[in-house]
Amino acid sequence: MKLSTWFAAGLVATVAMAATAVVAQQDPIATRKELMKANGRNAGVIVKMVKGEEAFDANKVKTAFDQWDETATKFPSLFPDSSKDGDTRALPAVWSERAKFDAAIAKFKKDVDDNRAQAMSGADGLKVALAAVGKNCSDCHETFRKAQ
Amino acid sequence: MVRNLIGLGVAAGVIAIAAFWFFTAPKVEPAAEFATAHKADLVNGKTMFDIGGCVSCHAKGRDDRTHLGGGEPLTSPFGTFFPPNISSDPNDGIGRWTEAQFVTAMRDGTSPSGEHLYPAFPYPSYRRVTTADLRDLFAYLKTLPPVQGRAPDHNLPFPFNIRRLVGGWKLLFLNATPFTPDPGRSAQWNRGAYLVNGPGHCAECHTARNALGGLLDGERFAGGPDPEGKGWVPNITQKGIGSWSEKDVADFLQSGMTPEFDSAGGGMAAVIRNTAQLTDADRQAMAVYIKSLPPIDGPVRPAKK
Repeated sequence: MKLSTWFAAGLVATVAMAATAVVAQQDPIATRKELMKANGRNAGVIVKMVKGEEAFDANKVKTAFDQWDETATKFPSLFPDSSKDGDTRALPAVWSERAKFDAAIAKFKKDVDDNRAQAMSGADGLKVALAAVGKNCSDCHETFRKAQ
Repeated sequence: MVRNLIGLGVAAGVIAIAAFWFFTAPKVEPAAEFATAHKADLVNGKTMFDIGGCVSCHAKGRDDRTHLGGGEPLTSPFGTFFPPNISSDPNDGIGRWTEAQFVTAMRDGTSPSGEHLYPAFPYPSYRRVTTADLRDLFAYLKTLPPVQGRAPDHNLPFPFNIRRLVGGWKLLFLNATPFTPDPGRSAQWNRGAYLVNGPGHCAECHTARNALGGLLDGERFAGGPDPEGKGWVPNITQKGIGSWSEKDVADFLQSGMTPEFDSAGGGMAAVIRNTAQLTDADRQAMAVYIKSLPPIDGPVRPAKK
């Protein structure tokens, strides 16, 4: 076998690996799952503070609100038509009722932004803010996500 | 000889039809049992209303807990059901119903006009509710505002559109008796068992069904396909939520947040809006009972496509 053939084969393999890496990075289903898991982790931190199981920590509150805002900002582009099927609990309603879905995400982002200052103000403010922001979780999951 | 055989066949057919008609007759509660006036406890009536989840099917919109004019269509493997108006309106709702008619609907699945009601209305669970609690619930419903208008007829394909066949279904599957406390368990456990199995009707979704729509008793609470076709309903025996504490279950019934801080979705989001209205004591009782459910395997979930 010629050296050039080996070289070509190597080149093809390298390109294929690189392409796979890019696809993995751009896999919208995996990305939105990661964002949602991070949402949940931060919700856990905040809920414990509200319940008094952990001390109020403005830095952790900021981290949570920053991350929720990031999710809300990135979400609209993470549900392309190509991501309807696959390992996802997203319901077809995401695509069949797209305007409603986009509005729900926009509302989540607005509630995060509007309640940020109050949440940072102390434990009492955080409790009110959590109630306002948290309602978005179940409202959206009820219509747009499978039960399990 | 041939004529005799035909005659015999016809006679057998007539007897079979008569027997079917007899055994599938809609049952009613005797009005005499409600002759003595009931002193209604409206607070208890509201508790039954909240745990019963009436608004989830009979009201429109997520935040309306009082206008029971009929709700969003309920899709199922048997067709589409349109939950009726159960507001206090005398013409379109239940404003003119008697207590006996109300208890008959809740316990026997029979309408005031003597028709079988479809078990999409979870009377197979509601029949476990005590008569006193049903009377309190009826009194509470009457305090809610009247709403005019009727829901469309159910949209069911043949043969499910034949109501009389529901009588056959009842013979097979309508077997629950009114709740009786287990003296070997605590009052708290019994309260939880009552709320979960009776008014809460948790098993109606958290238990898989056979091809005729009857609950698989051996797999009670072990989860299964979502009856509304949206995914899978979780196993809530210890097989499914063994890692949850009683407090986790009680907190979940209040906030909808799992121990991993995921939020309840699908039909459970509506259930949480109902259980969030209950007292801490009732949620704790439900948690104690649910945590006592022995681990049972449910149906195997098909692989994801």
